Amino acid sequence: MCGIVGLFLKDPKLEPQLGAMLTDMLITMTDRGPDSAGIAIYGRPVKGRAKLTVQSSQPETDFKNLAKDLGKSLGSPVKAVIKNTHAVLDVPARKLDAARSALTQLRPNCRVMSSGESIEIFKEVGLPKDVAARFGVSKMSGTHGIGHTRMATESAVTTMGAHPFSTGADQCLVHNGSLSNHNSVRRELKRAGMTFETENDTEVAAAFISHKLQEGEKLGDAMQATLTDLDGFFTFVVGTHNGFGVVRDPIACKPAVMAETDQYVAFGSEYRALVNLPGIDKARVWEPEPATVYFWER
Amino acid sequence: MQTFDLGAQGLRALNASLHALKGQTNMTAWEIINPKGSHAIAAGVDAPIDITVRGSTGYYCGGMNKQATIRIVGSAGPGVAENMMSGTVIIDGDASQYAGATGRGGLLVIKGNASSRCGISMKGIDIVVHGNIGHMSAFMAQSGNLVVLGNAGEALGDSLYEARLFVRGSVKTLGTDCIEKAMRPEHLKLLEDLLRRGEADAKAKPEQFRRYGSARKLYTFNIDNASDY
Repeated sequence: MCGIVGLFLKDPKLEPQLGAMLTDMLITMTDRGPDSAGIAIYGRPVKGRAKLTVQSSQPETDFKNLAKDLGKSLGSPVKAVIKNTHAVLDVPARKLDAARSALTQLRPNCRVMSSGESIEIFKEVGLPKDVAARFGVSKMSGTHGIGHTRMATESAVTTMGAHPFSTGADQCLVHNGSLSNHNSVRRELKRAGMTFETENDTEVAAAFISHKLQEGEKLGDAMQATLTDLDGFFTFVVGTHNGFGVVRDPIACKPAVMAETDQYVAFGSEYRALVNLPGIDKARVWEPEPATVYFWER
Repeated sequence: MQTFDLGAQGLRALNASLHALKGQTNMTAWEIINPKGSHAIAAGVDAPIDITVRGSTGYYCGGMNKQATIRIVGSAGPGVAENMMSGTVIIDGDASQYAGATGRGGLLVIKGNASSRCGISMKGIDIVVHGNIGHMSAFMAQSGNLVVLGNAGEALGDSLYEARLFVRGSVKTLGTDCIEKAMRPEHLKLLEDLLRRGEADAKAKPEQFRRYGSARKLYTFNIDNASDY
């Protein structure tokens, strides 16, 4: 089991409440995944700027003077917002890759959770309510976001094994299910130049889609390809800088419910994750069909 | 009428109150408000009472039901009326996967659509779906009747035993050992009764349906069928 929640806002008036709505949905899914939790929030991008969200198990030492050290190395000012074990580093967009490689030298113990113009990922081991509180997710605003509560099956309960997985700029993926051919797909993706942080099956699915997008495929086509190339049980929810997608395997035993109103598109592993959303009583509520790709882009 | 606020009083208190009702009771009408997709609402009831759930339910609503009539004014999550023994469960909206699974008796009515595995391993329950049903429905269904006013998804009735399947619309594919069979007068009569009890007689006539059943080549082991097992 695992729990997934997702929210794609159509009405900008709801954007200040994105974090609060997703936090409520995430906590409702605690019984589906009490091991660890994570959330990806997509905020409005700032022209010319990009964000690197990093995690450390020793934030006191690793985050001390991090902005200053990274700024010096890049030759441009860097701002850091420290949230518990994570730090969001605001860097010039054109220096995002340079910042990432500088970081491996400056702070080898820091792990990159996400990078891109709008994405921030926060994930940790622990109950969803505690994880959300540690990072102040409920105060965050944004255009869309994805959350996950994990009940581990395929790999260890660690920060890096928590979802969402991000394997490309502004991309992320969460998964309910388990993949059976992830080792062979990982080998193929490694040969194609993709890198991996964990032994986790879901990271392979994320990298699979990122690789397709790198090759120029559209999000819908990349998601369609998971149906032929990935073997196992899955409901995936995928985020990009401007979009949000859902796909379920052909057997579709991993639950999924969606709701759509004029204000939003919402995803929940169960209907009860959606019950507090505004206007849910009048929303169009349905289960995504098996082996069918759904996505929304702005 | 007993009104129970599930949001305020909680699931255990609800099901304990319902389980305490045995045999004859004067508390025959119940209304459950604020279900908010909770699991196991009114599961394991064994009393001739009427329960109305005002809103959508989560996993296993009305599971193992005996005698009670349970109406869901909303949609139902996975496993609604699973292993029902008798009584009636009526869903005004849609039902998620494996509705009526392993049901031994009673009547399950779904006014909307049912998703995958509807009536899987059914053993005597009658199921009437006003809309469509998803893939692998009536898998290994042993007895009872499944009536579908809309269409059926892939692999209908795979590895079917003696359940009868009636579909008015299209069937995407039939499962292994499931075949179309002739509609005889007794089937029309049976369907007429099921449509009436399933609140569907104004929507459909028995003559509009096709009947599917087991070819009986799989469940009696036959070495020639080994590749199908």
